[in-house]
Amino acid sequence: MPNSKLDLLQGTLDVMVLRTLTAMGPLHGYGIARRIEQVSGDEVLLNQGTIYASLVRLQQRGWISAEWGTSENNRKAKFYSITKRGRKQLSQDTAYWQRLSSVMGRVLAMQGDEKQ
Amino acid sequence: MIDGIRRALNRLRSFFQKTSLDHEFGAEMASHLELAIEENLRRGLSQEEARRQALVRFGGTEQAREQHRETRGLPAADILMQDLRYALRTLRRDRAFSIVAILILALGIAANTAVFSVVNTVLLRPLPFRSPERLTWLAANEGEGGLSAVTYTVDAFEEFQRHNKSFQDVTSYQTFFNSIDYKLMGHGEPLPVFGIQVAGNFFQTLGVQPVLGRLFSHEECQKGGRPAALLSYPFWQRQFAASPSIIGQTISLNHQAVTIVGVLPKTFDFGSVFSPGLNVDFFVPAVMDFWRTWGNTLALVGRLKPGVTIAQAQAESNILFPQLRAAHPNWWEDYTATITSLKDHVSGKLRRSLIVLWCAVGLILLIVCVNLSNLLLARTAARSKEFAMRCALGAGRGRLFRQLLTESLVLSSGGAILGLGLAFAVTTYLAHQGSVALPLLSSVRVDGAALLWTLIIAVTAAVLFGIAPGLRISAGNLQDGLKDMGQGMSAGRKHERLRAVLVISEVALACVLLIGAGLLLRSFLHVLDVDLGFQPTRAAALKIDYDDGGNAARRGAILQEILRRVSTLPGIEAAGIGDMLPLDRNRSWGFQAKGRVYLPGELQGMLVYVVTPGYLRAMGMHLREGRDFTWHDTPGGRRVVIINQAAARFHWPGKDPLGRLAVVSGRDAQVIGIITNVRESSVEEASNPEMYLPVTQASPEGAELVVRTRLSLPALQAGVMQTLRAMNPGQPATEFRPLQQIVDHAISPRRFFVLLVTSFAMLGLILASLGIYGVISYSVTRRTQEIGIRMALGANAPQVQLSVLARTMALALIGIAFGAVASLVAARWIASLLFGTSPADPVTFAGIVLLLGAVAIIAGYLPARRASRIDPMIALRNS
Repeated sequence: MPNSKLDLLQGTLDVMVLRTLTAMGPLHGYGIARRIEQVSGDEVLLNQGTIYASLVRLQQRGWISAEWGTSENNRKAKFYSITKRGRKQLSQDTAYWQRLSSVMGRVLAMQGDEKQ
Repeated sequence: MIDGIRRALNRLRSFFQKTSLDHEFGAEMASHLELAIEENLRRGLSQEEARRQALVRFGGTEQAREQHRETRGLPAADILMQDLRYALRTLRRDRAFSIVAILILALGIAANTAVFSVVNTVLLRPLPFRSPERLTWLAANEGEGGLSAVTYTVDAFEEFQRHNKSFQDVTSYQTFFNSIDYKLMGHGEPLPVFGIQVAGNFFQTLGVQPVLGRLFSHEECQKGGRPAALLSYPFWQRQFAASPSIIGQTISLNHQAVTIVGVLPKTFDFGSVFSPGLNVDFFVPAVMDFWRTWGNTLALVGRLKPGVTIAQAQAESNILFPQLRAAHPNWWEDYTATITSLKDHVSGKLRRSLIVLWCAVGLILLIVCVNLSNLLLARTAARSKEFAMRCALGAGRGRLFRQLLTESLVLSSGGAILGLGLAFAVTTYLAHQGSVALPLLSSVRVDGAALLWTLIIAVTAAVLFGIAPGLRISAGNLQDGLKDMGQGMSAGRKHERLRAVLVISEVALACVLLIGAGLLLRSFLHVLDVDLGFQPTRAAALKIDYDDGGNAARRGAILQEILRRVSTLPGIEAAGIGDMLPLDRNRSWGFQAKGRVYLPGELQGMLVYVVTPGYLRAMGMHLREGRDFTWHDTPGGRRVVIINQAAARFHWPGKDPLGRLAVVSGRDAQVIGIITNVRESSVEEASNPEMYLPVTQASPEGAELVVRTRLSLPALQAGVMQTLRAMNPGQPATEFRPLQQIVDHAISPRRFFVLLVTSFAMLGLILASLGIYGVISYSVTRRTQEIGIRMALGANAPQVQLSVLARTMALALIGIAFGAVASLVAARWIASLLFGTSPADPVTFAGIVLLLGAVAIIAGYLPARRASRIDPMIALRNS
């Protein structure tokens, strides 16, 4: 049921990609997409094709770099890896998301007269 | 921030590498799918199912490709490129339309760019000096009268320079430069050259630095100082082959060794600022002690101190000059100074003419836009099916609107490029029109400002003429277009009405332009018709040189002999010598009726001409009463003077001055003749009082040999020059100047404006007639079927013709009526530019109305004839 999956907020995919590349090292587009799906427990609604818009955007900003290479089972693929600037950006983004989610958590956990 | 710039640059780069990036992304997607299929196969799916699931998870390769492109490139630019490509393709398909549209636009834009260049140079751009806004012009006698009236004596100049507090510096130049002839010796025949005498601080005050050498030293400006000269840039190039080693060398001017101390920059053109049409070869210092006793000869230019306004300087001079006068009882007259900015002095008089010219080209541009709007409307109507189809295929209205606007922009860019070429040619031509006496004309060019202006008007025009068809597309019911009958009657009528309004406004605009031009043209004809008081045709003047050693008797003998010899040459009907020619230059002396008491300030210097017997006849001047001078009016004999009617009326109102005594520069002289008034300083202004004195009794300022002949001047030149050389080997190689040329020079600004305005008006007329033709022709085409039916029902050809013509005339007459009313208002605004013509001149108005009507009939007749030849059978069968 696609409806039960999470719609991605603007900008979240970029962070996921950066984080995946930090954790996994150089990876091709398919690998990144699969990894995000796996980590999210298949909860994220992701057309794998959309990952490439995110990749080209990150690459143009200089946060990741790309190179054609060969996969473990000998297929040509374009491998992405995070750059130094990308790591810096990721640490900023991570801090931001953590703050946001803790605030959201607190707001949503407010005790109140929900039933009135 | 930096990452943002990096991204923008990368997007820009991607925009230009679309194909290779698309290719690479294709490969990446393929590899993605292969990896996915492989994994699915490993999970045990069938080949087909593995592939299907991989595609599903990927989510559409086309969308991914689009998204990728949009993210990495410039989607807006992509659309623009698409629109451009499409526009170029459609325009190329409709070649005739595109060529006509671009030509029309090019003419309109060229006219606008060229006129803007002139306006920019003359009115808007600051003068080519340092801090030109602080430069001012000081005119004596409120700027009224001849040169002697508006200039100052050396004493007045020096005293004002010393005592004023408003000016950082005041400088001057010798205005009687036409009276000082220079000959460059030592290069074969003596070469007549043109020099100006300027005060020592002239160039410093203007802020002009020499490109080579230096300016005048203090010593060089004093009496007895070493003679020095500064060369103008063109003279240095022409005469000295731009050799830098000329600095410090001496040249021989009038037998005097003069050291060249410097060369002035190319940008400094004395003539174009101070005396339009004058080419100056060199500058020498005006030695003030030499000119001290010569009366009013200096023109004053001041540089205000920073922060001082013209009004403050004016207030100071209003107080200062009377004080100076009180301190110098020996000054002849009360001086005043009317202070204006130098820019105003140079171009103020042209302001209105140029603005009129600017408005005229603005009208042209409007007519061009209306015309194109009309053409495009017709095209849009013809393309309605295409638009409906594109709409049905998913193009938004905004996208269609943008598409149409892109087409207009492509057209107007084409027009602008061609127009710039034309404008460049026109301005280059104008800049080399030395014979037009307009200031700064030589520096007219298409510069950055003009390019910007062209860009602005091209875009404005594109929006103006693209908006009507664009609005129609976005407002109209496009689905109607798909239904087979394009002739939905109600929509058709609305369409027709819009086109009619456009044509009416076009005719009205053209009418205003034509009436304005007509009034100016009539004024010009009146100027040509003015009785100048002399006959310029078949007469010519030649500067001559002689040496009388300052002795009047000897001068008389020499000039009498020259005239005797020249008169015997074949083809010479009359010959005479005068020192100054009318409309050329002038000076004034004191003159009053003996015994009459004048009011204070009533007496002013009177224009004076020193002439030989026979001069009046050679000039074709008309002696109303009395006699001409003879060689018997000797230096020792009774002093005599001839005056013009204006002088007679001013000094002896109601009396006949013939035989009465006048006081000329303090000495009695008898009035022996009265001549008809001569237009001496301007063709368009009434004559001032004048006096003529015999060469034997007064000192002439130079000499012009005037001859009247039936022969061509080149045929005469050699014989006359030989005669003159025989008497004076030092006679410079001067050339005959036809008197008509002097008159033409005087009226050249008006001729210039009339020529431009008239050509713009003709352009407007052609465009308007094209517009009428287009609309009527189009409506005939649309109504082919209707006309066919009417003819089948019995209407005959003349009736059909008449109905089409009636519609044409209805449109034209409404336009003419609006135009005529608008012209009445516009004409009052240009009244000050008219000469001998009323702003509501009935002849002009009637003439233009008839002309426009006739043009409308012709423009309507062609489609009318086509309509009357419609074969009902064919028309009906085609429907």
